[in-house]
Amino acid sequence: MSEAVATQPYNEEVVRQFTIATVFWGVIGFLVGVVIALQLAFPVLNLGLEWTTFGRLRPVHTSAVIFAFGGNALFATSLYVVQRTCRATLWGGPATASFLFWGYQAFIVLAASGYVLGVTQSKEYAEPEWYVDLWLTIVWVVYLFVFVGTIMRRKEPHIYVANWFYLAYIITIAMLHLVNNMALPVSFFGTKSYILWSGVQDALTQWWYGHNAVGFFLTAGFLGMMYYFVPKQAERPVYSYRLSIVHFWSLIFLYIWAGPHHLHYTALPDWAQTLGMTFSVMLWMPSWGGMINGIMTLSGAWDKLRTDPILRMLVASIAFYGMSTFEGPMMSIKPVNALSHYTDWTIGHVHSGALGWVAFISFGAVYYLVPKLWKRERLYSIRMVSYHFWISTIGIVLYITAMWVGGITQGLMWRAYDELGFLQYSFAETVEAMHPYYVIRALGGVLFLLGSFVMVYNLIRTARGDLRDEAPYVSPTAAQAAPAE
Amino acid sequence: MDGFYEFIRSLWLLWLMAVFIGIVVWAFWPKRKRELEAHGQIPLRDDDPES
Repeated sequence: MSEAVATQPYNEEVVRQFTIATVFWGVIGFLVGVVIALQLAFPVLNLGLEWTTFGRLRPVHTSAVIFAFGGNALFATSLYVVQRTCRATLWGGPATASFLFWGYQAFIVLAASGYVLGVTQSKEYAEPEWYVDLWLTIVWVVYLFVFVGTIMRRKEPHIYVANWFYLAYIITIAMLHLVNNMALPVSFFGTKSYILWSGVQDALTQWWYGHNAVGFFLTAGFLGMMYYFVPKQAERPVYSYRLSIVHFWSLIFLYIWAGPHHLHYTALPDWAQTLGMTFSVMLWMPSWGGMINGIMTLSGAWDKLRTDPILRMLVASIAFYGMSTFEGPMMSIKPVNALSHYTDWTIGHVHSGALGWVAFISFGAVYYLVPKLWKRERLYSIRMVSYHFWISTIGIVLYITAMWVGGITQGLMWRAYDELGFLQYSFAETVEAMHPYYVIRALGGVLFLLGSFVMVYNLIRTARGDLRDEAPYVSPTAAQAAPAE
Repeated sequence: MDGFYEFIRSLWLLWLMAVFIGIVVWAFWPKRKRELEAHGQIPLRDDDPES
């Protein structure tokens, strides 16, 4: 087979910038998450100021982790992967790439500062007001041009599957963003606007947006990451390239219909709820197909899990992907949803996906990228990656188990009747019952944050060119199994 | 003509299924195995530019 080789150097400057932003916003997002988790356990931490109440900080947390941490990770990896797998430098040159970076950071700052000041259109995960939406549209269209332009000037004849996932994410997010944010500003210089849709149409549009933000931002984009970084780190091709094609198309065909499961037992017509539920359950197929494809890439090289903590992080993220995408369709089944909806079980589900899948695969990608981008032999410390892995994993486990137990408790208390047919518990009693779980959840969040500090230290030392004096990495169990001298 | 168009539109689910099944058959057609699986090597060959 002929080797396609790029003739111009790749633009790695913009990838470096987005990588730094990923880590920076990640830490901010986790920190705000810990703060609001503590606020739920100890309401006094709302401080009695409007700017620091849970209601204002919660969108700061969700947007910081999804759009700032996750978004920058997607920008960094997509722009890296598309150049590498197309053997072509970025379309539009360094200036356009630089605009993408600063334009996206400006979007983040505009959005977040608005939330704290109370500027919001009150749509979950689409809180920014009209002027921020317009700005993001410009940045996003440039992103699409840069990505597609790079693909079109590729030297490699075939478009690698990771780019398919990235492209689907970019196009779908553009469509979702435009339709869900059709708003009319009330005044020319004011921030307030009203959405064009009303009533149940607005609710369905919002959750069509919301669930596909999960499906195409937090899933398709990060699957693009999986299809590049897992084979690179394992030094083996993906388990089945043909399965990856079917994975891609089944995800595309199914995900877009799943949104109505957010509106079970509401004014949404029953048939639409059932449609949403059915497509959600069918999503088991691509989810598990993709998980098997990712994990089986290690087939024949399982020993690398013992010796390579970065690969362990990537594989653990795929395992979390499998777990949370099993849980999600189950929770979309109407009788299960009757128990789980509006409880903290949902929050636990989201975080097994967000912390376990999205964050871990991004950490793995960043650990892979930083030595490459700063031209270092390896990371400052491989051992510290393992510390990060275990501290964060324990944090996730504490978080999700607390929310499972707490959420189901909450759901059961809400629906408990006494012998006379009255509700057994007042709402305040169900809130009080959640206190221990909220404390455990906050503790899990603190561990996850601590893990990210270990990563930041490791990455800074790597970028500076330091190498930690340490024995080659083997896991404690492998060391024990080895015979003593 | 309008009635015919409506009828065709009502079959959208079947069209989508047919397209999807077509993709699956195309991807797993035994003759294409070698060609498609070779694409899996693309990320493993991405060395830095020669210049």
